[in-house]
Amino acid sequence: MLYAILCYDSEDVVGSWSKEKDDAVMASLGEVQAKLAADKRLGPVARLLPTTAATTIRKGKEAVIMDGPFAETKEQLLGFYIVDCTNLDEAIVVAKDLAKASGSAGAFELRPLKLFRPGALA
Amino acid sequence: MTDAAWIDAALTSARPQALGALVRYFRDLDLAEEAFQDASLRALKTWPHNGPPRDPTAWLILVGRNVAIDATRRRAKQTALPDADLVDPDETEDALADRLDGAHYRDDVLRLLFICCHPELPATQQIALALRIVSGLTVKQIARAFLVGDSAMEQRITRAKQRIAQAAVPFEAPGPIERSERLGVVAAMIYLVFNEGYSSSDGDRAQLCDEAIRLARLLLRLFTGEPEIMGLTALMLLQHARAAARFDGDGNAILLDDQDRSRWNPAVIAEGLALIDKAMRHRAPGPYQIQAAIAALHARATHPDDTDWAQIDLLYATLERIQPSPVITLNRAVAVSKLRGPADALAMILPLARPLASYFHFHGVKGALLSKLGRVAEARAAFDQAISLANTAAEAAHIRLHLDRLQKS
Repeated sequence: MLYAILCYDSEDVVGSWSKEKDDAVMASLGEVQAKLAADKRLGPVARLLPTTAATTIRKGKEAVIMDGPFAETKEQLLGFYIVDCTNLDEAIVVAKDLAKASGSAGAFELRPLKLFRPGALA
Repeated sequence: MTDAAWIDAALTSARPQALGALVRYFRDLDLAEEAFQDASLRALKTWPHNGPPRDPTAWLILVGRNVAIDATRRRAKQTALPDADLVDPDETEDALADRLDGAHYRDDVLRLLFICCHPELPATQQIALALRIVSGLTVKQIARAFLVGDSAMEQRITRAKQRIAQAAVPFEAPGPIERSERLGVVAAMIYLVFNEGYSSSDGDRAQLCDEAIRLARLLLRLFTGEPEIMGLTALMLLQHARAAARFDGDGNAILLDDQDRSRWNPAVIAEGLALIDKAMRHRAPGPYQIQAAIAALHARATHPDDTDWAQIDLLYATLERIQPSPVITLNRAVAVSKLRGPADALAMILPLARPLASYFHFHGVKGALLSKLGRVAEARAAFDQAISLANTAAEAAHIRLHLDRLQKS
């Protein structure tokens, strides 16, 4: 089963990290990813730019274009992983490893995938 | 991250909103700062045990308010302030958070920034005050960034605070016109903070660039549809993306043409370009957007020769029209020199000789154009003039390089 691991955290807090701090967190997350990749269980990994760079399109007869993210929340969607796990327990183990590596507050949402197309990028 | 480090980051990021709300409540900057300070101390004590609250900002506002009211009562030994019983912050946090999401919130942060921009304060004091009050940097950090002693900076900030304490602070929610005026004033101050950091290779000063970008992102999150705030943020990101390539090992500036472009930060450039795209859609151009668009054309060129100088020339022409200034014409002349040659560029800047007589860069550009035209003696005179007007040793050293090249040719 493929799981999306959606990463939520306060972008303001994450954005106030120094470059050294950011690099250190990315490096330790990278170690967890490397293990998953070696087991051929890691799909696409994405880190999103801040919500200030976001644009939202509200569907309808006339699509309405709005500046900013879809929802104003205390914690924002900052990125996601696609990971192959046999069951929820395994996905939880991965998320816990990532949580330990990131060491920050925030949350991971585990969402099983209904459809996955790897696409043609990279 | 350790608890303490997380709490520290959470307090820093909550500061503008929490302090802004406390200033609205108490209508007094000192009292609000004290309240925020007390609330932060309580957070450091209780959060590690109880876990962080769901909404740290709301928690800090509520606790800060209660602590300050309590202290005022004890000091006055009478209930002079409106009756607000001490309540358990966790119980009412949700209710307060709901109210916070409403109208006040954005204007609180804007007001806090606007207070720092009092027109009677010189620019350097505005910046120092904003860094102290809004960003929460310590006096020591600010002093280091400005290359002055701690006590001198302490004095500067105290004097600035006294000045604004006497001034009438606008506490009412602003109307749309007022709000947009405030945004303009605040944007200019944020760009000043950025430029303080941008001019130097020194790490403590360069930190000001990060701080300015953080403040701009904060504003943009609150005022999501303001194209000039998008432009300002994009401009600073695109300039800051070059940080690692802008200075050599000795701290000397490296010109755009000579920079190792592989050292530009692609993620920061991507964010800047995304913001310009968003801003352009509004079809309401302004000086920050145009300057950001110019910076974007440089960022998009993987090699100096790929730079779209024709487009840059057009953008500078637009900028000259909406914000006429000899410095902008001087910048445009650099693009014209690449596009149509040094003779045209020189003709363009000669009328600026009087207004820019004491401007270092004018003489530097003039010297460079003259030397390209082979007018060596005149070039040397212009370079000598530039050196005598250099603001820093690095600027002077850069011109000496030009002089050395003249000697060899």
